[in-house]
Amino acid sequence: MNENHFEPKIIAFLCNWCTYTGADLAGTSRLQYPPNVRIIRLMCSGAVDPIYVLKADLAGADGILIGGCHPGDCHYQEGNYKARRRVVALKEILKNTGFDENRIWLRWISASEGTRFAETIQEITAELTKMGPNPTRSQWAI
Amino acid sequence: MKTILPVENQDPLGAIQNLLKKLLENDLVDILLVPMRTPSGTVAPTLVSDPQLLQFADPLAPVMPVNSATLVGKLSVRQPRARVGAVLRACEARALVELTKMQQASLDDLLLINIDCAGTYNVPTFIAKETALKEKNSVLLLELYQLANDQPENPPPELRSACQICEQPIYEGAAIQIELFGNQAAGIPITITDEIGEKLGLVDSPNSERSTTLEKLVAIRTERRDAEFEKIRTHLQSAGGITDLFAACIRCYNCMTVCPICYCKTCVFKSELFDHDPIQYLGWTKQKGAFRMPSDTMLFHLTRLNHMGLSCVGCGMCTEACPAELPVGIVFRAVGQSLQQTFEYQPGRDVSEPLPLITFKADEWTEVGE
Repeated sequence: MNENHFEPKIIAFLCNWCTYTGADLAGTSRLQYPPNVRIIRLMCSGAVDPIYVLKADLAGADGILIGGCHPGDCHYQEGNYKARRRVVALKEILKNTGFDENRIWLRWISASEGTRFAETIQEITAELTKMGPNPTRSQWAI
Repeated sequence: MKTILPVENQDPLGAIQNLLKKLLENDLVDILLVPMRTPSGTVAPTLVSDPQLLQFADPLAPVMPVNSATLVGKLSVRQPRARVGAVLRACEARALVELTKMQQASLDDLLLINIDCAGTYNVPTFIAKETALKEKNSVLLLELYQLANDQPENPPPELRSACQICEQPIYEGAAIQIELFGNQAAGIPITITDEIGEKLGLVDSPNSERSTTLEKLVAIRTERRDAEFEKIRTHLQSAGGITDLFAACIRCYNCMTVCPICYCKTCVFKSELFDHDPIQYLGWTKQKGAFRMPSDTMLFHLTRLNHMGLSCVGCGMCTEACPAELPVGIVFRAVGQSLQQTFEYQPGRDVSEPLPLITFKADEWTEVGE
């Protein structure tokens, strides 16, 4: 990253059955998407503990994406519904404590939606480029 | 039924002690949990089986050294257990309801006695005031009720900050409600379940309405609460946000220890998850150039907000326990309120109302994730 051009860093927690497979499909389909994302695979979006999201946000990640199956299609039935409530709660906390809740994304991307995955990363990268780097990148006293 | 406890010799405490005695003597409970004057003169929540020792009971003392919800949890979480009569303030009762939802307490085999609460002093202030008074009795509290009745807009400035903005000073789910707000010329009005009233040989009698006093006090406290919320929210939204407000945190974990909702035997922050490998610190330091220690202070507060914010009943134990005098209680209450409004949830309102984060509806927040 040079001074003139900021490259956002996105940490993505993707569910094994849907979004991770969808990302894999984007790859096998040779779809181009920005290389700004670092993927962490979990078995379910419901397994994403908000503490992971907070740690990434406070460590300086510019954006955090949580990817899961569409509501109703969760491999474990209900995990994504719980993930949805957790994200709503987490964003409310960030909003109320002086952090930018818009750096947290939740998106339902199924195993067959390789294009949607690529487009999501494009969208988030563009949005974060506009928003600028996460101020926590330089906050060493938090 | 509603009835009146006769007060003799201008001793409302004696009247309440008699009622508590009757609960033991009539075998309605096995033991009572009630604040008592210990031999050294302090006030501490105590388990009592001997009615004679209730002469030392002083639930009117305006001090709350711990939130007794946790104690009731210990008494009720598993069988076998005794039938407990617990004298609790409203915030303790509401915290107990939340703990029950978290499977850390049970309301079965529990007889809840709620006394109208005009507020409390913190422990050092209480001790100082009593020392000044020289006589250790409930005069301190009567003065508070007088003020609450006559000048609700002028609380004593040393009243705990959490109490000054408490808009729920009574808990209506109790089996026995001891109603100290309002005029008590004839005695102390109580509301009691018919079953218990009959067993104690009490009869229905018209009692004075405390609703006007209560309404006025709640209105004033709500206004004050909203003003405090606005002040703290301005701080939270200003340049440094929560980072600046809690910058002096020394990570003693007192707030978490005294919080009635924080029940985890091992907090995640004291678990292996945060027992970092020494080499990790090198990476974190190089990443930002510097790395404040101990690490993850804001992560601690944001995570605690996430874990217990929805159940925060605003008892303020956290503020009193903080050695760095951080405004923990007001921050957690204010953020808690936003969370609670988002989920239309009120902690302590109804034990059958599920905790928002362990339930869901298929057709809510449907725009999220699309």
